Amino acid sequence: MRKISKVAILCLVIIMVTGTGVSTLASNKFPEKSVNYIICFNPGGESDITARLQHKYLEEALGQKVVIVYKIGGGGAIGWSELVRSKPDGYTISGDNLPHTIVQPLQRKDAGYTTEQLKRTYCFELTPNVLAVRQDSPFKTLEEFVEYAKKYPEAVTVGGSASWSAGHLATIELEHLADIKLTYIPFTGSGAAVPALLGGHVSALMTYTSMIGQHPEMRVLAVASDQRSPVCPDAPTFQECGYDLVEGCYRGVSVPPGTPDEIVNILAEAFDKVNRNPEFQSKMEELGYQMVYLGPEEYEKLVREKTVYYTELLRELDALAK
Amino acid sequence: MNPIVSGIMQVLTPTNFLFMLAGTVGGLIVGALPGLTATMATALIVPFTFTMPPLSGLATLGAIYMAAIYGGAFSAILVNAPGTPSSIGTCFDGYPMAKQGRGQEAIIAATISSVVGGLLGIIALALLAPPLAAVAIKFGPPEYFWVSIFGITIISTLSSKSALKGFIGGCLGILLSMIGISPVGGDVRFTFGISAMQGGIELICGLIGLFCIPEVLALIVQKAEDLERLKPKKVKGIIGTTTRQVLKQKVNLLRSGIIGTIVGIMPGAGGSIANLIAYNEAKRASKHPEKFGTGIIDGVIATETANNATVGGGLIPLLTLGIPGTPTAAVIYGALLIHGLRPGMELFTVHADITYGFIFSLLIATLMMLVVGLAVGTGLNELLSRLPVRILVPSIVFLSIIGSYAIRNNMADVFIMLAFGAVGYIIKQLEIDSGAVVLGLILGPLAEEGFVQSLLMSKALPVPWTIFFTRPLSILLIALSALSLFWPLISKLKAQRPGREEGFNV
Repeated sequence: MRKISKVAILCLVIIMVTGTGVSTLASNKFPEKSVNYIICFNPGGESDITARLQHKYLEEALGQKVVIVYKIGGGGAIGWSELVRSKPDGYTISGDNLPHTIVQPLQRKDAGYTTEQLKRTYCFELTPNVLAVRQDSPFKTLEEFVEYAKKYPEAVTVGGSASWSAGHLATIELEHLADIKLTYIPFTGSGAAVPALLGGHVSALMTYTSMIGQHPEMRVLAVASDQRSPVCPDAPTFQECGYDLVEGCYRGVSVPPGTPDEIVNILAEAFDKVNRNPEFQSKMEELGYQMVYLGPEEYEKLVREKTVYYTELLRELDALAK
Repeated sequence: MNPIVSGIMQVLTPTNFLFMLAGTVGGLIVGALPGLTATMATALIVPFTFTMPPLSGLATLGAIYMAAIYGGAFSAILVNAPGTPSSIGTCFDGYPMAKQGRGQEAIIAATISSVVGGLLGIIALALLAPPLAAVAIKFGPPEYFWVSIFGITIISTLSSKSALKGFIGGCLGILLSMIGISPVGGDVRFTFGISAMQGGIELICGLIGLFCIPEVLALIVQKAEDLERLKPKKVKGIIGTTTRQVLKQKVNLLRSGIIGTIVGIMPGAGGSIANLIAYNEAKRASKHPEKFGTGIIDGVIATETANNATVGGGLIPLLTLGIPGTPTAAVIYGALLIHGLRPGMELFTVHADITYGFIFSLLIATLMMLVVGLAVGTGLNELLSRLPVRILVPSIVFLSIIGSYAIRNNMADVFIMLAFGAVGYIIKQLEIDSGAVVLGLILGPLAEEGFVQSLLMSKALPVPWTIFFTRPLSILLIALSALSLFWPLISKLKAQRPGREEGFNV
């Protein structure tokens, strides 16, 4: 008995000594402990599905555990306001969705964070907006849809996820470009809007390509991207139909303001490695996600450009916070 | 081989049984702890299921889901804190039973009812999925508005002592539900300039605050010796007698099971509403409605049957249409997609072995729940009844705080929970039913969303608001709401007439 306990103590001592030794060696090498990955939306949504798919590869790339933490509410604002108050050491990262993190601070008096506070790290995917109708809908093409809406202003209802989301903005942009009046109806998520379309309660959905990946029974009238989507290769882009409409939701990760650039780069490299994994890519593309590979600078640049654009759009609509 | 048979055969392996057993135990614990929900538990397990064969992964998730919905009954009965929103109504009679020393009886009743409810939901899923799925999409915004109104009229039966006070509570709940971002329009309301309030009131925090904290305060106020809960009655063969008692209530079981299945099918509703509707209907149909709320087994049977029936019900639109009926079903949806299984008719044809194997695994998980639940539940009751108040009270408070934090990892939620505790204590003194407040809190956003969406939908109609009164399903729901609202009056009238006849006979 005594012998066993002595051996055990010896083992413990060895583990402690070597363990601490390793950790001091690695102290200048991020990451040396688990990384918390905040998801601001419900489990089962696009952000969650992406994070769950990244999880395994991300742990391999970082050599550390990654813990997915939900901070849900306020259309994501709860999670983002928590992120900007977290320690800027790279161990707290958060999913970052565009246009949400641009439009919320513009449209709300106090969103709890500002667009610039989020330090952009890596942008990994885009889900372009699509205008979709039911299989048995009288609208076979975008042209028919626009024509009908011209004749009957506000009678065509378009469902989508939440107010001031990419879907909402795309609907407004389409109204401007085609000079029509639609009625946008926000639902609690892109998934929640689907039954409303299938049940015939709305005439169309302004949803995402990822939803088409899940519901191929919808007919896509047009894709708001500069290229056709593999999940609905027969559907034209809005540009092909003569409307310069490119809109969608970008998803990436951000870290708290003041996080050192070396750490941001290590994280960005890890996410880039995950994004370029062929196994991961094929899963994502099958589900309707378009891969993008934006490092910290390119991601910041995208945010800056979009901020200018959305500020102008919201000013026109008189939707800026006063 | 027939794909259904081969699916069933695939489930029957020792590994799958181990996974499901682990899922059942884990689900029970998560369900019993307020703040940890079935949705979170399944979401946490999803990455682990990637490496498993699809069927094993789904069987594990299904087992967690089923057990977590049932596990909520434990804390509802033992400490008046619904472990999940699906067990709100279980507090109404389960906790009084525990206070009378009949905690064990309540837990056994909850277990048997949960198993029956779970089975009813699964049977509906296996046999009637495609026709029932059609129901799910019939409900548009106007119908959701009327469903929520119907839900709110439950208050008149729920607070039969004083309907006025009940509706005051309901309005308070609706008001509180408006805090945060508006569901349509995205405006920020009633946050008092605190950005953490943008997320609104988390239902679980409201539940813990309203139900649990006042009881804890009452425990402190009362002398420990006065508490009958400390002397649970020992009854021999209680499992057998209670089981017989539960199974005797065939109508209650069947009615609650059907309510649970149907509410489960409707996206966005789920167990939190199903259990309250079932409770209401059980009370209305009962020959002795006045006994509801005093510790009657019928109430526990109704709520626990209904909430487990939502599991099967919620999977119906998911597997057939790709529309998750409940939040947990949404997580299972994610798992299906990741395994390359796309919901729709394909699941019942190409992947029929996996689909029917999954349904069969739910059946097995439900039966496992029976065994595990009886063992864990009765033990837990023993343990809690032996804990002295000076240990019990801090433990409950500790768990309440952890639970409120864990739901969104947000410290603000803890303060909200404590504030609700204070409000709960005050309204208890005023004899306002906290169940009514909770109903308002749950249904307020649903009603608002349905209302505004309907008005938007009807923008092009000559008179927009007529949309609420012209759709056939809406009219049916309006009739149901009226019936529910005036039921206490109707039943009084009915009671008077046969009463006179009886008088003559005697």
